Amino acid sequence: MHDVPVHHHAPPTSFLRKHVFSLDHKVIGKQYYGLALIAVFVGMILSWLMRIHLGWTNLAIPGLQLLSKSGAPGGIITPEYYLQLMTMHATIMVFFVLTTAPFAAFGNYFLPIQVGAEDMPFPHFNMMSFWVTFIGFVVLMSSFFVGDGPTLGGWTQYAPLSAVGAVSGPGQGTGVVLWATAIAIFCIGQLLGSLNFITTTLDMRTRGMSMWRLPFSAWAWFITSIMGLTAFAVLMPACILLILDHVAGTSFFVPGNLVINGQIQPHSGGSTLLWQHLFWFFGHPEVYIAIVPGMGIVSHVLTPNLRRPLLSHRVMVYSMGALAVLSYMVYGHHMFVSGMNPVSSLVFSFPTLVITIPSTIVVLIWMGSLYGAKLRINSPSLFALGFISMFITGGISGFFLAQPSIDIMLHATYFVVGHFHLVMGVAAMFGIFAGTYFWFPKMFGRMMNETLGKIHFWLSFVGAYCIFMPFHYLGIAGNVRRYPAFTDDYLQPLIPLHRFITVAAVLTGIAQFIFLYNLVHSRFWGKPAPENPWEATSLEWSTPSSPPPFDNFGGKLPTVYHDPHQYGVEGASADYVMQTSPEQIKSGHDEA
Amino acid sequence: MATTVHEPPRAGREDDSPPRPSGNGGGRNLIPASGDLRAVKRYSPPPAFTGIWVVLASITMTFLAFTSALVVRQGSGSDWRHLTLPRVLYLNTLVLFASSIALEIGRRQVRAFFKGVKDRAANPARWLSIALFLGLLFVAGQVAAWLQLRSRGLYLATGPNSSFFYVLTAAHAVHVLGGLGGLARVIRKLKQSTLRKSTLDATAHYWHFMDGLWVYLLWLLWMKL
Repeated sequence: MHDVPVHHHAPPTSFLRKHVFSLDHKVIGKQYYGLALIAVFVGMILSWLMRIHLGWTNLAIPGLQLLSKSGAPGGIITPEYYLQLMTMHATIMVFFVLTTAPFAAFGNYFLPIQVGAEDMPFPHFNMMSFWVTFIGFVVLMSSFFVGDGPTLGGWTQYAPLSAVGAVSGPGQGTGVVLWATAIAIFCIGQLLGSLNFITTTLDMRTRGMSMWRLPFSAWAWFITSIMGLTAFAVLMPACILLILDHVAGTSFFVPGNLVINGQIQPHSGGSTLLWQHLFWFFGHPEVYIAIVPGMGIVSHVLTPNLRRPLLSHRVMVYSMGALAVLSYMVYGHHMFVSGMNPVSSLVFSFPTLVITIPSTIVVLIWMGSLYGAKLRINSPSLFALGFISMFITGGISGFFLAQPSIDIMLHATYFVVGHFHLVMGVAAMFGIFAGTYFWFPKMFGRMMNETLGKIHFWLSFVGAYCIFMPFHYLGIAGNVRRYPAFTDDYLQPLIPLHRFITVAAVLTGIAQFIFLYNLVHSRFWGKPAPENPWEATSLEWSTPSSPPPFDNFGGKLPTVYHDPHQYGVEGASADYVMQTSPEQIKSGHDEA
Repeated sequence: MATTVHEPPRAGREDDSPPRPSGNGGGRNLIPASGDLRAVKRYSPPPAFTGIWVVLASITMTFLAFTSALVVRQGSGSDWRHLTLPRVLYLNTLVLFASSIALEIGRRQVRAFFKGVKDRAANPARWLSIALFLGLLFVAGQVAAWLQLRSRGLYLATGPNSSFFYVLTAAHAVHVLGGLGGLARVIRKLKQSTLRKSTLDATAHYWHFMDGLWVYLLWLLWMKL
């Protein structure tokens, strides 16, 4: 430690500054986590409603009519309302869970600590980032309670139906405007967040903390923030143009002479493909914005549990960087069936296959590091293993979908739904769980219950496979996605499988309440956490207390002497050497 | 305008200031591969230096998205018509340039203060205020351009050309207003003697970038519309 007084900004004294409009990155991180927690349960309940409807189409769900009289008369979901629930499920999950929890929540809390700073450099922007995101969530949720409900256009909001207004269905007027407004607001929040993340990583590192001494999670947040900076800056103008098509009568996305529901639309010359290009230029990096933090968290969680470093620190970081760069070049694979030139499909197919190389390298590094290791089995390491499993299973189907000829057949089926839920949805969720069990002792000073954590893992792990593996079979059998009910003869034999999935989804969802109970109970009554429960080396375990004090390091910023992978070091006083330990060691594993 | 000569801002040049609490391993102050801490300088540049480039990268992406939308939209429909740009735009360009020059003069005077050279005749706050005034004049000029178009019967939804004209100029004007807010903050901090060099530099970078962005947009509008 070197004696430099820390007074970036004074500790807050008022309740509002301490807990509501806080400038402290740790409080903002917890606020993001809380928002994601609310959002994930809303999203999960929406998925239950959809699954119950798919299994038992005419079953009345008691009380649902209170949410929407026209959408669920007598508690039975209409086809339109099914699509509205689907759109909201996807939007909530992608934006307000998979982006906020692993990136904004954990990143806010731990990035400044892991680089050895007392806070982010622009705390006011950081506070705005959360509250702007929160307003975006409120605007999105408000669409449940206006006019004919939320939009039914899917989280991709394909034009022209998303741009012509109420004539294209319930929720397509006010619902779309609220959706686009919420997402544009969300973009502003994430841009402010990315600004802080990038400058924190580049400019706030403490003495001795070179870039190559950053732990995997810090690298992942840094790479993700660069992706977020460029991706959200493109989605925001797209949303503005969509809103203008609605409220100002412009024709950015609506072609001329378009007849919908027997009415000719008062637009001319717009490009429907333009929306898809703008959306997917954001949309594909967004997939990696959701998963790369998970990769970083899983690597960060695995290393102390392996008690040895991963096979290569640098190759892992380079691979995550390669994923980020390539993610901008592959977006057209979402548009193979959009009617674009087949040559373009080929052009987008090639980088899509290339992006599997860094993904495979990442997986091989994990597998190779696990080989022969005496892995400590605990809740964080189990969820890290679960992440790897889900990422491999979901990733393999990606090889098939990368080929335009196969994708054309499978694109509108449950095969794609199974693919992206496993590789990006469940895998990212497992990353969030791994991070939660791992960092909870630091965030709240108490341990989470291990037994409940392991029960939660096994139920979630088996449950997720029971839900999403059959999706692949359904897709190959030709089961079209987005159908609210299966009335065609050829789909009848598949209905028992749908019912099995529904039961699995409900049970797996219930298992998440074990996690919620564990989270809340441990927060107040959990076993007090030791100083460094996982015997890890990175800076968050060098703070003077758990949770860390307001300025993180108690007025003295640490000096860093090693990279964070010093486990099983020969001749050292313990089997690991903290980053802050001035202890001389013979040779580092991957010393930068 | 007040003629008071302000004392140099308290935070002096970066390399005169005491070591900042964090950032010693900052972006342009990397630890050598050997990990030899003695080679590390005792400070790193403040995050505003990096931050402003991050902000400008994000704004660039936004306007690139608008540009690609314009190019795709032009090719998709047969309703693309010729639009003569209001002449006041060219005058506005000069006003924005003049504003940048005023800001630069003010900035040089502040920098002279930072170096300890006290020129009693210098009044950076006045030059910064002139820059602010010219910035406001630019926004007013843009509003005049919109009114001119409106008087010609060209509204936001009249055609794709007018749509893009309003959207691009309005998006730029919003960013200019943000810059004016920053400039007002700089003037306030200068008067309170709490201005940091990095804040002034970041604001100046942003303001000059608005010039470049406007020239690009004017060229785009002139070429495409």
